[in-house]
Amino acid sequence: MQRFSIFSLVRNSLSYHKNWQEHWRSPEPKPEYDVVVIGAGGHGLATAYYLAKEHGVKNVCVLDKGWLGGGNTGRNTTIIRSNYLQDESTAIYELARSLYEGLSHELNYNVMFSPRGLINVCVTEHEMRAFQRIAFANKLAGIESRMISPGEIQKLVPIIDSSSNARYPLLGGLYQPRGGTARHDAIAWGYARGADNLGVDIVQNCAVTGIMRNRGKVVGVQTQKGEIRAKKVAFVVAGNTSVLTDMAGFRVPLESVSLQALVSEPIKPILDVVVMAGTVHGYVSQSDKGELVIGGGADGYNNYAQRGSITQWEHTVRALVEMFPAFGRLKMMRHWGGIVDMTGDRSPIIGMTPVKDLYLNCGWGTGGFKSIPGSGFVFADTIANGRPHPIAAPFGMDRFREGRLIDESSAAGVAH
Amino acid sequence: MLLITCPVCNVTADETEFHCGGEAHIKRPASSDPANVSERAQYEYLYVRNNPRGMHREMWLCSRGCGKWFYAMRDTLTLQFHAFYGITDSPPPLPDGNGTGSGS
Ligand SMILES: Cc1cc2nc3c(=O)[nH]c(=O)nc-3n(C[C@H](O)[C@H](O)[C@H](O)COP(=O)(O)OP(=O)(O)OC[C@H]3O[C@@H](n4cnc5c(N)ncnc54)[C@H](O)[C@@H]3O)c2cc1C
Ligand SMILES: [Zn+2]
Repeated sequence: MQRFSIFSLVRNSLSYHKNWQEHWRSPEPKPEYDVVVIGAGGHGLATAYYLAKEHGVKNVCVLDKGWLGGGNTGRNTTIIRSNYLQDESTAIYELARSLYEGLSHELNYNVMFSPRGLINVCVTEHEMRAFQRIAFANKLAGIESRMISPGEIQKLVPIIDSSSNARYPLLGGLYQPRGGTARHDAIAWGYARGADNLGVDIVQNCAVTGIMRNRGKVVGVQTQKGEIRAKKVAFVVAGNTSVLTDMAGFRVPLESVSLQALVSEPIKPILDVVVMAGTVHGYVSQSDKGELVIGGGADGYNNYAQRGSITQWEHTVRALVEMFPAFGRLKMMRHWGGIVDMTGDRSPIIGMTPVKDLYLNCGWGTGGFKSIPGSGFVFADTIANGRPHPIAAPFGMDRFREGRLIDESSAAGVAH
Repeated sequence: MLLITCPVCNVTADETEFHCGGEAHIKRPASSDPANVSERAQYEYLYVRNNPRGMHREMWLCSRGCGKWFYAMRDTLTLQFHAFYGITDSPPPLPDGNGTGSGS
């Protein structure tokens, strides 16, 4: 693998950057693999990378029906935080967040992790109490996170409307100083390049159309490029999980809905923290290009169309314009949707399935970009060893049957 | 924006006048045999959904109109409605070549 450094940049500039190696190969699938990962989003690619890197499992193939990173990984608003309420959640999200801190070095790929700080703004008394509770839970979990006053928010976000007659009164906020954003595509590309370099085959434009089973055990997959046999198979396909589990003959506690995002025209730097506002359903950050990246709530009905209703983002934009009056004059440039897989407790599903040697990583819903490195790390360990990694263990699908929910739905109140 | 027709009051309006209640025709196990509800049956009732990429039977509430619940059949890939029907009507058959996923 050609490494990126200041020297290789200079050297390649002399040939007008025409001689860079391809980041990954485009191999034809082999007839058999030790592990076939379905879904080349961040979670699938990170899983393959850590399988090869941490467990020496290199005879691995990642299949995607489209291009790698073209699912939710390439469609999200890239918010990274670990200030969740439940211990199980903080364990996995903080593992992921801390891996993000060193990821550019780990992958020799600039993932543009920007721990610029993140504020959950409170505009009701109820939110103040809920977030205070989260701040205490975070303190117990050893996560740097605290409540801040309206004055502190004003200092961090001078453009926020903090006047006494603001539509949404600024009461305080939950602040995670090392929360932030990263470049969504770079996460997919960096893990893909790293995995490919360790021998993993990434096969794009190759949809899985069937799951081959023999006496309760998975033995391979049917694809657009023929049958591929596998000792183990992992489903990491976000909103399309139910489609694959239908093929494998079992049902899952998921509903697929559309979550939308939009970006404004690029402007000069105006906002250097991430602001989330749960009650009004909006969150916003400014990208390095200068665009405001805006997200809101999910549509209220099942959807596989990768687009949603205008009312959803109208609702979000309406609230954000009240909160940041300066945004009122901005033009919006693009909007899009991604299909997110929602669980009843808004926590993911990681682990085994009723089919032997078939593993499942899904249910990240509206908030799984932030968890990609941690999820890949514990899921690779789970697959390699045939038992759940301790951090993944609470997220098994059986928790719904056993009533062991990891309830983040009432805690967060907003999608991101 | 979805355009919806309530089969009860016959009003056609934007989706913002309605509320989606998720998958239709799910039976509550305790209603038929309250003394014998297995863990699995209760789990499936509460959490497991068909979630098809295609034709979906679902519940809608005419929340800003007559206030009644009704059923609809909608394609989750094209977002097109294929039928609206009342809660005492029997579900219309699926258009040709369309599954609703496992279980129904
Ligand atoms: C608008 C939006 C905003 C979001 N904002 C945030 C945020 O700010 N912070 C955050 O943490 N999270 C956010 N999320 C959630 C986050 O994007 C997802 O949780 C995460 O990207 C899921 O990654 P994944 O790898 O599991 O899935 P994906 O990236 O969706 O990858 C799944 C892949 O599986 C492939 N696939 C599906 N079916 C098949 C098949 N049959 N055969 C082969 N391949 C198949 C797809 O083509 C796809 O590439 C947001 C999501 C959306 C849509
Ligand atoms: Zn009506």
